[in-house]
Amino acid sequence: MVAVLELIDNLAGQYGRDRSSLLPILQGVVKQENYLSEYAMIEIARALNLPAAEVYGTATFYSFLEYKKMGKYLIRICKTITCSMKGKNQVLMAIEDMLKIKVGETTPDGMFSLLQTNCLGFCHMAPAMLINFDVYTDLTPEKVREILSGYLNKKGGADDTRI
Amino acid sequence: MTTKIKITINEKQIEVAEGSSIVDAAVCAGVIIPTLCFHKDLCVAGNCRVCVVEIAGQKRLSAACATPCEEGMEILTNSLKVRNARKQIIELLLSEHNADCTLCYKNGNCELQKLASDYKIMTQDFIQLAPLRKYQIDHYSPSMIKDDSKCIRCQRCVRTCAEIQGVSALTAAYKGDRMKIATFFEKPMNDVVCTNCGQCINHCPTGALVERNYIEEVWDALANKDKFVIVQTAPAVRVGLGEELGFEPGTRVTGKMVAALKRLGFDAVMDTDFSADLTIMEEGSELLMRLKKVLVDHDPNVKLPLATSCSPAWIKYIEHMYPDYLDHLSTCKSPQQMFGALVKTYYAKHFNLNPENIVSVSIMPCTAKKFEANRPEMHDSGYRDVDYVLTTRELAIMIKQAGIDFLKLDDRSFDQIMGASTGAGVIFGATGGVMEAALRTAYELVTGREVPFENLNIMPVRGMEGVREASILIENPLPDWSFLEGIELKCAVAHGLVNVKSLMDSIVSGESQYHFIEIMACPGGCLGGGGQPIPTNPEIRRKRALAIYAEDQGMPLRKSHQNPEILKIYSEFLTEPLGEVSHHLLHTHYTPRERF
Repeated sequence: MVAVLELIDNLAGQYGRDRSSLLPILQGVVKQENYLSEYAMIEIARALNLPAAEVYGTATFYSFLEYKKMGKYLIRICKTITCSMKGKNQVLMAIEDMLKIKVGETTPDGMFSLLQTNCLGFCHMAPAMLINFDVYTDLTPEKVREILSGYLNKKGGADDTRI
Repeated sequence: MTTKIKITINEKQIEVAEGSSIVDAAVCAGVIIPTLCFHKDLCVAGNCRVCVVEIAGQKRLSAACATPCEEGMEILTNSLKVRNARKQIIELLLSEHNADCTLCYKNGNCELQKLASDYKIMTQDFIQLAPLRKYQIDHYSPSMIKDDSKCIRCQRCVRTCAEIQGVSALTAAYKGDRMKIATFFEKPMNDVVCTNCGQCINHCPTGALVERNYIEEVWDALANKDKFVIVQTAPAVRVGLGEELGFEPGTRVTGKMVAALKRLGFDAVMDTDFSADLTIMEEGSELLMRLKKVLVDHDPNVKLPLATSCSPAWIKYIEHMYPDYLDHLSTCKSPQQMFGALVKTYYAKHFNLNPENIVSVSIMPCTAKKFEANRPEMHDSGYRDVDYVLTTRELAIMIKQAGIDFLKLDDRSFDQIMGASTGAGVIFGATGGVMEAALRTAYELVTGREVPFENLNIMPVRGMEGVREASILIENPLPDWSFLEGIELKCAVAHGLVNVKSLMDSIVSGESQYHFIEIMACPGGCLGGGGQPIPTNPEIRRKRALAIYAEDQGMPLRKSHQNPEILKIYSEFLTEPLGEVSHHLLHTHYTPRERF
């Protein structure tokens, strides 16, 4: 982990300081920080000599670029029709019940955030969800409780499953 | 020569230049295609779809603004298919628009309202979305109000802020049905890089962006018998006001404007041109002082080029974007604020008025002036120097409300002792004008001779080029200024902040070296200001500029230092340019700001 400012500088060094480097830099910051803070966006704008509003406009356009503080593990459950037909609502209720948060919320300890997402392309293995960049499919309430238990157990540990 | 191609519009064959859009071509065929997101000042967006037309052989309708003509194209602008589609498009736009027209500031001057009226949209077949969304009105700025419930997301404002001003305070954020016009992190306009220039207001087709108006406050002051209400009018107002009141663009209505203001009940009607002349005395002296300090004393703390400080949107822009260059700004307040500071001191003293009872109003072509008057620095008279700033448009509204038949008014003249002006003051309203006025005075001060241009018209600084350069060789100066012998005074003029950005970048990089630069935030200078009548386009701005220069040409005095009231104020009150009283009342300082 490096400080955000240093991270932005490294990313700009890697991808260049043109307007076209904006997206990879935004992605790079999200990869480490899990979201784009106001401060990070201002510094990205400064590094690329872009208007800050334009950075904000780009960040808010893309669903996978979060601009609000997110938990360490970001759960995105697919909300599209196939997953809904195959029991996504029951899975969602199981998550909400277990973590005591609703969609859009983060646990008070800052470990989990819960969001819905558009189609993940796993309709044949619905319902599906992402935790950070790992895909979990053929979910049932039992299965999702097991998966989350795994995350809860390693909570506080040094290891990080993010790719 | 451009190649001509033949096309047919509504079965009429015409020849048009290759590459022209269907909207432009239709005009040649005598057909007007309705538009909304399209604007002559801006790049094509093609997002509102109001201008759809049918092209023979094509199944889908095309946006006329975004489709170039091709040889042999057969276009129908009024087929059944087009009519139905257009009506549906307008209905859809209205379904997400808060169409409470009678409660809207833009009622009567709204392009969407006009379309709804022209096409007689009398049903609401789509779900009304505006009431369902929790819109918040941003009214925290002293200059403008942003109401998203009236926004149709045509993005004219976004393009204006990016293309004309290079500021991009506004952007399209989110996507799909959640897409909205937002500032950085949806902060209030007052908290972001917005310069309050008001160009977005001039280009907004609806009431989503409007100036914050102070009409009722001014009526209240006028109705209050205890108050002495003084008004000043900026140079560009007199060449714009007529457009709101039945005159063609480019009509000068100075005398009628003064008459109307007197009818409205102002106790004294005076002229910002007076303080424009005063600005020249102060700023010209500052330029010469800085030249001396740099060339003779080699003082490293004195910066050149000296940049003009009349345009409050430019001031806010440099505070945000080039905070390290604030020392380049002239310390002179803008003419509006000089006037304000003098009204409650010099004027009050002269007429034995209690400054507490003076209400100082200014009529400006500008929305940024509202912000400027509200700045904490602008209380040097001991009171708020300018109490209310009205735009040209607000004045027109008051004139209409008062039932004044503007066309029939007899000309009146400005009151004393801050109403006399010269042609140099008038041209402040056009890009290059401050430069020209300053050169007319400074050159004469240094050499004792008039500027070496025919009829005092310094043509190189005039025009509509984004950045213009001029230089004057100083020869045989008066003994006091002998250090300027042989110096070529290099000047540059820029208008529209996108051009200002390129000029500033060339100064920052060291590529360009100037002694004096004039910056106006709005295209064309104040005459194209964000408070001027809507619509605006390059043609209208050109006409207003011609009117400004005609006004200058017609003045008996055309150099600021000849203004008798300027001579009087120096002998009776200020003593000398850059003197102690001037320093206290007429000069100010600036604040670095964040770049979002």
